[in-house]
Amino acid sequence: MTALLEVEDLGMTFPGPRGALRRQAGVRAVDGVSFEVRPGETLGLVGESGCGKSTTGRMLVRLLDPTAGRVSFQGRDITRTGQRELRPLRSKLQMIFQDPFASLNPRQTVQQIIAAPLRAQGGSAQTIHREVRELISLVGLAPEHLERYPHQFSGGQAQRIGIARALATRPELVVADEPVSALDVSIQAQIVGLLERLQRELGVAYVFIAHDLAVVRHISHRVAVMYLGRIVEIGDRQEVYGSPAHPYTRALLSAVPLPDPAAERARERIVLLGDPPSPSSPPSGCTFHPRCPKAQELCRTEPPLLQITGPGTTRQAACHFPEV
Amino acid sequence: MTLLEVTDLAVEFDTAEGAVRAVKGIDFTVERGRTLGIVGESGSGKSVTSLAVMGLHRGAEVTGSVRFDGTELIGAPEETVRRLRGRRIAMVFQDALTALHPYFTIGDQIAETYREHHGGSRKTAWARAVEVLGDVGIPGPARRAGEYPHQFSGGMRQRAMIALALSCEPDLIIADEPTTALDVTVQAQVLELLTRLQRERGLGLVIITHDLGVIARVADEVLVMYGGSAAEQAPADSLFTAPRHPYTRGLLDSLPRLDAPEGDPLRAIPGSPPSLLAPPPGCAFHPRCPVYAERKSPLCTADRPLLRVVDEGRRSACVLDEVNA
Repeated sequence: MTALLEVEDLGMTFPGPRGALRRQAGVRAVDGVSFEVRPGETLGLVGESGCGKSTTGRMLVRLLDPTAGRVSFQGRDITRTGQRELRPLRSKLQMIFQDPFASLNPRQTVQQIIAAPLRAQGGSAQTIHREVRELISLVGLAPEHLERYPHQFSGGQAQRIGIARALATRPELVVADEPVSALDVSIQAQIVGLLERLQRELGVAYVFIAHDLAVVRHISHRVAVMYLGRIVEIGDRQEVYGSPAHPYTRALLSAVPLPDPAAERARERIVLLGDPPSPSSPPSGCTFHPRCPKAQELCRTEPPLLQITGPGTTRQAACHFPEV
Repeated sequence: MTLLEVTDLAVEFDTAEGAVRAVKGIDFTVERGRTLGIVGESGSGKSVTSLAVMGLHRGAEVTGSVRFDGTELIGAPEETVRRLRGRRIAMVFQDALTALHPYFTIGDQIAETYREHHGGSRKTAWARAVEVLGDVGIPGPARRAGEYPHQFSGGMRQRAMIALALSCEPDLIIADEPTTALDVTVQAQVLELLTRLQRERGLGLVIITHDLGVIARVADEVLVMYGGSAAEQAPADSLFTAPRHPYTRGLLDSLPRLDAPEGDPLRAIPGSPPSLLAPPPGCAFHPRCPVYAERKSPLCTADRPLLRVVDEGRRSACVLDEVNA
């Protein structure tokens, strides 16, 4: 199957602060990221704060302009496309945000919010009205909600409105940036279930960005693990979670507390030392080496390449000494 | 003597839209060397409970009883509460950046707290600050004590706040979402630290969180709260293996977990948590409860159910529990 979205060697360097004489070195938030998303599938993008997952997501929909690399959508390079030419593509490429209230205009009714992308596309008032009513019930809300304002909704309901707006133009791909992390557990499950159902019914593909490894495991077909702006491991969900190859993926998974006290007591944990380093001064060689339990001399000097970890797999890891 | 004994604690706030009963009569105990986990979603009253126990509930009306090592705190003179707070009961908050003062060095803040409760010279207090910073695993504590909160990373700040809590050798630590703002690898470090300190020093520990995984890792005993009331209380092992209250079951079923079989669906709880301004009559959970949906028992909508013993060491606030079990 051909890819819906292709990302090649994507990079984002934010300019550094102005110094006394010249600008200080920039911060490389994303560096050499490549992956593809096939139609109708979910790619999970997971990592800790500052790993560049949100920056990557924003570049995919061109909310940020990449400083390096290429993004192709449906075979077309959209990396440097002007905003005007981008407009027809926008309807196929949508985004859902973490904070539903911040992303909904408080002065607009739900009707106006969901109708906005449809209006931008053109179409009669009557068609738009009908489609908005379809969308609102698609996401599990009632038509009487259309006349209300965002503040009259709970967090979970507001996220449903954000989803309805994102789906209004029948997108092929939705980039969802931490769409459930601000929600309570019982509501989180509702939204995850809704996203899964919509994927089955509409065949939409997701790039699902989150720090919660359990949610990502649940919703994704394939998973990319990021650390300090780079993908350190990418592959099918079963492989990445079942037999992680990169020491960081292993440590990350072992750090997640399981809701099972007996399993927690029996579990062997890889406790990493220290905090993730700052992207403004990344370590040499493999950027994970200062925290890595397996680090050797080579790791301090040579940055590892992302490569397939063995025969009979498509999973790739960026490690000199992967677990296989 | 029981270290902390909370009986029929209720907290009410006056708001522009009317009175809000944030906590409606809950009780629990914490013994030395034990960890109580209080778990609930937003609006469940879990954080308000901890603030009320600490006497930090400005403007709220608090009733019931909070006995710390035999001393009643509700209605006690402010001076009594103030002397215990910080000295024998310490608190760790979610956001270390707001809990620590930005203008003073970490060492100064710990030394100041120590002197407030123990007196002694500045030099002794500073030495104590450096000592506790070392205890919580901050490398180069003598140097780091002279730094400001913004110079610390998130994980290090949380360690510094734990050091601050430990500086007066408290008997009880109340930690409100202590790891929620941290990345998972750093969370693992901080939880390890809290449980090690608790074991070594025989502290009573109350951890308030929305994260059932954190509860499973650290708690001996668990109190599940919903809509300002206690839904269930049980030893951690039995709560997770055989939850009794329909809300606890629903919460566990809706949780995506790393140890779930492939393709296991999430079973979400329908609806939303109750409004505290207009709570539903009877059991706060009944509008979302699958058992009520099936049986429509009038018991569920009559009175607010209280925790009752349903098994050895276990209590549940479901009026239909006998039928369920």
